[in-house]
Amino acid sequence: MTTKVLAIDDSRTIRNLLRMSLENAGFEFHTAVDGVDGVARFAEVQPDVVITDINMPNMDGYGVIETLRSGPRKTSVPILVLTTESSDDLKTRARDAGATGWIVKPFDDASLVSVLRRLTGNAA
Amino acid sequence: MSGAPSIRDMFFEECEELLEALVEGLAGLEASGPDAAESLDTVNAVFRAVHSIKGGAGAFGLDALVDFAHTFETVLDKVRSGSLTADADLMRLFHRSGDQLANLVEAARDDVPANAEAAGAVLSELQKYLGDEDAEEDFVFEAMGLDLGESASVLTPDTFEISFVPKRALYENGHEPLLLFDALAELGTLEVTADTTGIPAFDGFDPTDAYLGWTLRLTTTESETLLHEIFEFVEALCTLDITKSSAAAPAPEPPGLIDLPDLGGLPDLTELPDTSALPDPDPIAAEAPAASAGKTHEKEVRGPKPTLRVDLDRVDRLINTVGELIINQAMISQRIEELDLPSVAHVTNELEAYKLLARDIQEGVMAIRAQPVKPLFQRMSRIVREASDATGKTARIVTQGDSTEVDKTVIERLADPMTHMVRNAVDHGLEAPDARIAAGKDPCGTIRLSAAHRSGSVFIEISDDGAGLNRERILATAIAKNLVPADAELTESEIDNLLFLPGFSTANAVSNLSGRGVGMDVVKNAVQALGGRVSISSQTGKGSTFSIVLPLTLAVLDGFVISVADQTMVIPIASILETVRPQARDLHRIGIDDQVISIRGNYVPVVDVAANLGIRRSGPAPCGILLLVATDPRGMSALRVDAIHDQRQVVIKSLESNYGRIPGVSAATILGDGKIALILDPEELVNLNMGAQPSAGLPPPVQKELRHVDGT
Repeated sequence: MTTKVLAIDDSRTIRNLLRMSLENAGFEFHTAVDGVDGVARFAEVQPDVVITDINMPNMDGYGVIETLRSGPRKTSVPILVLTTESSDDLKTRARDAGATGWIVKPFDDASLVSVLRRLTGNAA
Repeated sequence: MSGAPSIRDMFFEECEELLEALVEGLAGLEASGPDAAESLDTVNAVFRAVHSIKGGAGAFGLDALVDFAHTFETVLDKVRSGSLTADADLMRLFHRSGDQLANLVEAARDDVPANAEAAGAVLSELQKYLGDEDAEEDFVFEAMGLDLGESASVLTPDTFEISFVPKRALYENGHEPLLLFDALAELGTLEVTADTTGIPAFDGFDPTDAYLGWTLRLTTTESETLLHEIFEFVEALCTLDITKSSAAAPAPEPPGLIDLPDLGGLPDLTELPDTSALPDPDPIAAEAPAASAGKTHEKEVRGPKPTLRVDLDRVDRLINTVGELIINQAMISQRIEELDLPSVAHVTNELEAYKLLARDIQEGVMAIRAQPVKPLFQRMSRIVREASDATGKTARIVTQGDSTEVDKTVIERLADPMTHMVRNAVDHGLEAPDARIAAGKDPCGTIRLSAAHRSGSVFIEISDDGAGLNRERILATAIAKNLVPADAELTESEIDNLLFLPGFSTANAVSNLSGRGVGMDVVKNAVQALGGRVSISSQTGKGSTFSIVLPLTLAVLDGFVISVADQTMVIPIASILETVRPQARDLHRIGIDDQVISIRGNYVPVVDVAANLGIRRSGPAPCGILLLVATDPRGMSALRVDAIHDQRQVVIKSLESNYGRIPGVSAATILGDGKIALILDPEELVNLNMGAQPSAGLPPPVQKELRHVDGT
């Protein structure tokens, strides 16, 4: 089965870049434009892995992670944070919220694809 | 990153939007004041705009842009966190930073070197707001993955024993022990042993619980710190024990910067231990069938206003087709009329419905191309700031009617002329602050932009509250440049409009700011090319106003179908103030050929359209019908035509691209009977008429320009 990736980012450019990389690599790619959209899309798409931005309108990335990791429908799919920040503070916050990993923008296609494949245990 | 050009283009498109959001946010912040409750949201929006530009710029390796955006963002973040207050000075700096950011985006887009000096100046001002701690934390983009090069020094390898027992929460947060092992294997030689003793009997087995533990033996030259960094994200979610076999004391854990490890070139996953105890990767996914599997679709419909991005070519093709539809509809109407059916015939009713529908479709399609003038106005606020910086004046910009919608092409082609007019308004219009104080005015000048729809046209005004035009100097310049004879007697508005003469702009009259070799005649030509007209009015001591009148769309116009010397033509209704069927006694002869008509006590020159187009010799003609048209600033002329047949929308077909430019004619159209009709340009006809007056005796450029005749 094709691996489904949900990317939550308010930047169209980043979404486009991710789409290009990941669709080329054979992932089924879905996007959401902000945190609230992301949570809604998550339920809809049921992705195998989530990539989320931190700085977003409506709900930030921490909010997304906390929401997805809590409640009766909490998920255990890997959630990667994709952001330009790399400060320990922010990283700790993301980790405490339940993030699986951290990717600093700009990302490198090959490593991202490789990480996603391994995270999802899928050669897709 | 080797982004395809199209994605790069999309990035710059997005930048435009983000810059607009930035300008809007800053304006909002200024309007509400730093203490307003909503200002935090606005700062957030501004921050995000800058942040998104930075993120995208990083992806394309646009370092100058990234650096600037980063510093800008850091200062914004301080405002966001409350450690800095956005006072007037800081707001000004933010505006300038926004301008520089736009410059850098532009430079990056066009792949030209940016004005590093200007950016550097703003950058260093921004940096003044940053404390030392911010400055130290210099911004670097890290590629994802471990930076193995730096910390790998020439050390003898150590062997580490790692005991790793994940807790349930580790899996719940989407972690995958395999990944960690992969990352460790990158560092050296790794042996992994799984401890499966924790797995309970099958009936006690909880598939979501964690039962496995691992013992890893890693031989590496890397430091223990790095090992901890690999486990950074899971350390709280497992029992982890790392010991150096050589029994050295474990180093304290320093903060790490290592992110998700790069996992390229690793042993096949099948060689790694069994992971059957991993929980179901996605309990939610298991609950519902994956309905959308195999189908990718992006949903971009959040936010207040869902939008659809469409290739402009497609819209233009559609507009063209709709144009054909309108012509076709007119033809059908004509054919049916020719059948002379009783007026109650069904086909007549259906035809009426068809006409309405066609018109709706047309309006709908035109609306696709319509865009608010807001971005254009926002760009002008930047011009005002740049111009006032360059001239040492202070100016604020006030806009009105931002949401007025105008055809996209019109907006695009208006940008340059407007820039020029706005620069002019600041440079020549506004006085220096001390002169303003001396005149009892606010030292800060005001540039006002307004846009409005009025009777099928778009009115745009650019006004300043400066000293007004210096008519003596304008006239002197025009005389000195031989544009008007020394003894010319011109009204005030005629003098004002001399500014639009080609060749008027001089080094003397133009400072290095608004200079750039462009005169107001270029502005005028640009506006006229859009089917519009521009004029200037001025009040001494109170300021000047440029007025631009433009058609709503470039594709169709409402016109009168008229006949002139047996030729069928179309004249835009928008330019017609009034139609008059004159009696012979209303017309008065002046000289041999010229006539005037008395309209409510004013004498209005009569322009014989046929004679001016060279279709008929001038001379006494039947009274015909007079179409009164406005000639700026407040004059009128009467165009004489033979008859008005119809009022309808016509599709504009360019003559220039197919045939050539004809004075007095702006374009052509196809009528219902399939015949081609010329679309007249009333203003040019009036100018032609003025030019034909032998008594005027002015050199050609002025003859073309002096069309203000109000007969009083």
